[in-house]
Amino acid sequence: MSPDRTIDVSLGPQHPSTHGVFRMNVTLDGETVVKLRPIFGYLHRNHEKIAENNSWLASMPYTDRLDYICSLTNNWAYALAVEKLAGIEVTERAEYIRVIVGELTRVQNHASFLGFVLGDMGAWGTALMYAFREREKILDLFEALTGARMMCNYMRFGGCRCDLPTGWLDAARKLVEGFPAFLDEMEALLTGNEILLARLQGVAPLSAARAINGGMSGPGLRASGVDYDIRKVDGYGIYNRFHFRVPRGPAGDCYDRFMLRVLEARESLNILKQAISGIPDGPIINPKSKQRGFRPPVGEAYGRIEGPKGELGFYLISDGSGRPYRYRVRPPSLINLTLLEELCLGTKLADVMVILGSIDIVLGEVDR
Amino acid sequence: MTDVLQAIRAALPAATVELINNPGPGAQHSLLVSANDGRAVAKFLRDSLGFDFCSNVTGVDWLPRKVQETVSRKESVEGAGKEIPETVERDIPGFLEAVYHLYSISKKSGPLTMRMRTGDRAGDVTVPSLTPVWKSAEFQEREAYDLFGIRFEGHPDLRRILMWDGFADHPMRKDYAAPDDCEYEPTPHDETLARVKARQEAT
Repeated sequence: MSPDRTIDVSLGPQHPSTHGVFRMNVTLDGETVVKLRPIFGYLHRNHEKIAENNSWLASMPYTDRLDYICSLTNNWAYALAVEKLAGIEVTERAEYIRVIVGELTRVQNHASFLGFVLGDMGAWGTALMYAFREREKILDLFEALTGARMMCNYMRFGGCRCDLPTGWLDAARKLVEGFPAFLDEMEALLTGNEILLARLQGVAPLSAARAINGGMSGPGLRASGVDYDIRKVDGYGIYNRFHFRVPRGPAGDCYDRFMLRVLEARESLNILKQAISGIPDGPIINPKSKQRGFRPPVGEAYGRIEGPKGELGFYLISDGSGRPYRYRVRPPSLINLTLLEELCLGTKLADVMVILGSIDIVLGEVDR
Repeated sequence: MTDVLQAIRAALPAATVELINNPGPGAQHSLLVSANDGRAVAKFLRDSLGFDFCSNVTGVDWLPRKVQETVSRKESVEGAGKEIPETVERDIPGFLEAVYHLYSISKKSGPLTMRMRTGDRAGDVTVPSLTPVWKSAEFQEREAYDLFGIRFEGHPDLRRILMWDGFADHPMRKDYAAPDDCEYEPTPHDETLARVKARQEAT
């Protein structure tokens, strides 16, 4: 204990609620947080350096390991940036498949998020198992399509690696039809729950101006009332063909960040319905695109998508050779943590876990 | 992009800003701002042009390189002016670059790529920190400092972020060589075997 009666507590790096190996040095006055210093790097393997020593295609499976909950959206962001860099067109059918697997990824990310946050609040296991039961059904679809549950390595420059197996679309349609029942069940159990409301409502509100300046992106930004969804703004892929709403939160507190995921998952199911019924036949990959021995022209490009956790971007520089000159990942998980200290100051220690959970991070992406 | 450049030149006539052409098909051109004017230009971009969201901050390492250029030299041969083509080798010194990708959430526009360059790769590696303008640059500038060794002047908390505090080098530099402390291999082969042999001969 220091002379001013504050206590330093080291939370992590191994703690169930830090979602991986992440450490926070918290200074407490009683139970109130007066200072918080996040410490990163326990999972650092210099992903960017590895990619700069690899061929362009060889980085694709490495992107799976960034945010290992959502490997398909990582694939998509990298493929999109390379396609921008080299001016590659994506085939129609591949665009639809990308939307379908991308939105399925978002749905399963948000479903497991609900379970994780409940775990952070002390509802150990039960809620998470409900969420994982549903997530597993989506992972089964991924396995049938790509051969892997989590490390999918599915997208290629100009399209996707393989076509949908027989009956896959029917299975996906069935899942999409059944999924709202799970969300209803979760909401019936949780949304009106007194303990959940007491733990989330009014905790760590974030104003729109601070969220923008602090680089918050994705659901965290929209929970603060900012109408900014990259699927709408950039309209990348074929997102401007689908009708969906962009939910926003009124206060930007933990409850808004929590509920926004539920609403977003419902909108994703909306998109999925439209994409599954509208998917055309055709080639799965642009026949002009080259994978092995691929050499994009000299130049640079920044490509980004609306990942389940926020803006996932890739900044690539090509010097015309078979390897990227510069390969940079814009990790939403890391940048969303910029405001962590600001959100936690003045709250109780027990709230820190909930606030961290409400931001939704994955350490494979934070540390890279 | 050119209208942004014109607006900056009109508002800040003293600032040195130039357009860097991107030859790629995406044609995302960028603005090169001199390090001295970086903070003023950034404030102007945020407050007057609405670039309120600093999305991505990173470094790029450019090694010194030689460029062969063909220049024509004018010479008078027997009274008449003649142009003689000549190949000249020009040295381009190495430098580090801090790259910022800016978006406007209010106007839903972007990206605007803004770059600042350091004087060289060894002593003069300072650029102004833009964290006071966009808080989102805080961790990313720390990362660029950690991995590239760019010093961001005015950063509130410039420490290593991913590597440990006692680490000396900057691993994302192009000429970074990993220290020879390879993990123990029961049967060293290829490059590792060559290294082990070289070390045994040296001692």
